[in-house]
Amino acid sequence: MSEVLNVQQGMAAGAVHHDGHHHHETFVSKYIFSQDHKTIAKQFLITGIIWAIIGGLFSVLFRLQLGYPEQSFPILETFFGNWAKGGQIQPEFYYALVTMHGTVLVFFVLTAGLSGTFANFLIPLQVGARDMASPFLNMLSYWFFFLASVIMLSSLFISTGPASGGWTIYPPLSALGEASSGSKLGMDFWLVSMAMFIVSSLLGGINYISTILNLRTKGMSMTRLPLTIWALFFTAVLGVLSFPVLLSGAILLLFDRNLGTSFFLSDIVVNGQILPNEGGSAILFQHLFWFLGHPEVYIILLPAMGMVSEILSVNSRKPIFGYMAMLGSLFAITILAFLVWAHHMFVTGLNPFLGSIFVLLTLLIAVPSAIKVFNWLTTLWRGNIRFTPATLFAIGFVSLFISGGLTGIFLGNSTIDIHLHDTMFVVAHFHIVMGVASMFGMFAGIYHWFPKMFGRYLNNTLGYLHFWVTIIGAYLIFWPMHYQGLAGIPRRYLDKRGWVSFNQFPELDKMITIVSIVVFAVQLMFVFNFIYSIFKGRKVTNKNPWGANTLEWTTPLRPGHGNWEGEIPEVHRWAYDYGKDGREFIPQVEEIGEGESKH
Amino acid sequence: MQTLFIIAILTLGFLITFQIAKASEYVAVLRGEEKVRKQTNKVNAFMLLAFLIIGLIGVYYCNEKFKGRILGEAASDHGVLIDRMLYITIALTGIVFVVTQIALFWFSFKYQESDKRKAFYYPHNNKLELIWTVIPAIALTVLVGFGLFYWFKITGDAPKDSMIVEVTGKQFGWEFRYPGNDGILGKKFYKKVDPANNNPAGQLWEDEANHDDLFMEQEMHLVVNKPVKLVIGAKDVIHDVGLAHFRMKMDAVPGTPTTMWFTPRFTTKEMAEKTGKPDFTYEISCDQMCGRGHYSMRGVIVVETQEEFDVWLAGKKPQYLVANPDKDPSMAKPDSIKAVASVIKE
Repeated sequence: MSEVLNVQQGMAAGAVHHDGHHHHETFVSKYIFSQDHKTIAKQFLITGIIWAIIGGLFSVLFRLQLGYPEQSFPILETFFGNWAKGGQIQPEFYYALVTMHGTVLVFFVLTAGLSGTFANFLIPLQVGARDMASPFLNMLSYWFFFLASVIMLSSLFISTGPASGGWTIYPPLSALGEASSGSKLGMDFWLVSMAMFIVSSLLGGINYISTILNLRTKGMSMTRLPLTIWALFFTAVLGVLSFPVLLSGAILLLFDRNLGTSFFLSDIVVNGQILPNEGGSAILFQHLFWFLGHPEVYIILLPAMGMVSEILSVNSRKPIFGYMAMLGSLFAITILAFLVWAHHMFVTGLNPFLGSIFVLLTLLIAVPSAIKVFNWLTTLWRGNIRFTPATLFAIGFVSLFISGGLTGIFLGNSTIDIHLHDTMFVVAHFHIVMGVASMFGMFAGIYHWFPKMFGRYLNNTLGYLHFWVTIIGAYLIFWPMHYQGLAGIPRRYLDKRGWVSFNQFPELDKMITIVSIVVFAVQLMFVFNFIYSIFKGRKVTNKNPWGANTLEWTTPLRPGHGNWEGEIPEVHRWAYDYGKDGREFIPQVEEIGEGESKH
Repeated sequence: MQTLFIIAILTLGFLITFQIAKASEYVAVLRGEEKVRKQTNKVNAFMLLAFLIIGLIGVYYCNEKFKGRILGEAASDHGVLIDRMLYITIALTGIVFVVTQIALFWFSFKYQESDKRKAFYYPHNNKLELIWTVIPAIALTVLVGFGLFYWFKITGDAPKDSMIVEVTGKQFGWEFRYPGNDGILGKKFYKKVDPANNNPAGQLWEDEANHDDLFMEQEMHLVVNKPVKLVIGAKDVIHDVGLAHFRMKMDAVPGTPTTMWFTPRFTTKEMAEKTGKPDFTYEISCDQMCGRGHYSMRGVIVVETQEEFDVWLAGKKPQYLVANPDKDPSMAKPDSIKAVASVIKE
């Protein structure tokens, strides 16, 4: 096995040498159609950031409507014309905004932007490989994502508007143009874009898996891998096994929309028009959707968990507590992620007995989650913690994961879910545990690995400002939504003034809107910091600025394609020897010393 | 002009913040980077502690402030069970929430970087890990146990003497059908839906069970303390019958009927007195995204005593007679008199 590895490494090294020798790299091959995993990672990251700004802007717009339903903002009409007639966001526009906000953030930012960036960047660097198993497929993976992005972006400019049936695109609403203008051409664009996206995710996923399994450097056994790599591995497994199911759902939906099939349609009278479709099942789509949709939550969350484990350990100068338990719980979460999808469907008329099985499996997932939290806490305990912006975001992640994870115990229990399903409580829950928490994981990763990516530091002061405003803002925005949900206020209600029962929180809605604008402004500040620091940030002078053990910090300050000059280093120990035998850190490449204690 | 002004101010604030941040880098170099870093570390550690304390106070404040606005007394028997489950879960998760958040921020503060301390090499402890696997597992078993006990009660079969009402969602409103004296909802077929000929539900008139069915829109009447079984469907897209006061909810799916049952505990009038809101209304909200009018898809339920209900029902005419006026005895009478009159004339 190790011989095979050596041969591969030798070949890869040779290839790099070959490239370097002839100076074949042009601007296009270096920055655009690059096959270097580090460049591809940056492409994913920058595309993700652009999407995050767009998706965030959508949320600010619909928050304006939620906070100030009675007020008119003439400037909106200037920009959006008929969509904001009289300066007021029209219902179709509102629903397009929430739909695209969800789609963009879940798929384009937190899937492609997060795992696309860090899987690409970290896997070869941390396992000790020159590049991905297939750099070419890796490049294709980005360009399919780019294509998906272009299609999704252009759907915003269709005259009937982009998809507006919610990011879960349940048919028949999403299948029938008669039912909603967003279900006209915009929905076809959505489905085609998503198909491209899934291709991208699959190309990436199989690459990540094969790289981790086959291209580890000498001595890097599976149990010596940093937890980031394990998390990215399980993420890829989840994606490869579940995304195809959404693809099948999307294709069937395209058939229903355009070819007159009845997979999801039955007994429909829409706008006074009687449709011929009989015998389909609208609920079938929900099964197909959530068979991806729930693992998707973990596709978003696991990379953040992995990076947080790494960052907390490095910066508390202590090994991650319970490596094997962390690994075991990642594995358990991965398995369970496939077995809980119907907890999104407790009130669809699902057989109550089947529902009870899903309650059991769903609440079971809280056990590995709890183990992870306790292990993070113990990692901090008796550490010597450095509060870099990355550490703070990692701590923020744990706090949010606790808060949002606990509300999952409410929703996963079908009895309580009857009342809370599709209310603002759900919005609060998943934004905290999956949305904001993963975003925090992503920020932590960016602050931590920015020096390796660009050879410069992000501005620290702006980093601290970014963290504090974001965590305070996140809690101010999402914590109060729990109360709205407990009061039974349904989600996706753009104006509650017509209701007797749901009109008790107008000033709260205003507060949330104001805070979300402030938080959004600070994210722009972060983006500015990001761009500025790429070119003008403080230069990194130390190969290993955080005093970390993992392999990426043994590469040159600005590693070229191939990562290491000369041989790939050999690994002799796990990644978490911090504070061992009185030494602050012992890199993975250092041999086990004589008389060194075992962990 | 005003917008321009706001944009200018924002840009200015942006630039100033950025300049300060930039300057802080130079200051750090001047004052010694290591020293500044340590100071910043202390500040952040302190802020984490402050965040914990203010945060917990904030949580308490929110609970107090919103207590009266979130959950009135549950208006159905099932709702009582659901609220009980909710309170059990709040109690249990509340404890975990407070303990773990305190641990997180307290450890962060307490174990901030210090020259006097070295980090403790502590990679694992199987006993500890076993403890915090088993304890959550037990807690969750309790929650699952209670949850499923209530869940099967709530989703079990409706009592035999339940009243039956058919609820149908459409963009963007609600339709109701009562089975009439025979207690049976007549057959219907979506291709027979024909509002122009007074058959909005698509009832099959050849089915005699349909002849006494009553049809109405937007407002449904129920009897207090009498179990009701809703037979739920939808015409166009998926809707959801959300009854926040009864704590009940069920999707309305075109092509696949669903059901739910519950027993109202208080009449609308009683609830108005209990909540102190004279305008109290049991509202039906659509809880499943259904298109542009989703947020305004409102229905009303009136819960009343049996006597009030009977009076209300007596005033309604079966849809069969509305659609087929020639079959209506009350309409037929004047006709037959006319017919007799014409015969006499001749």
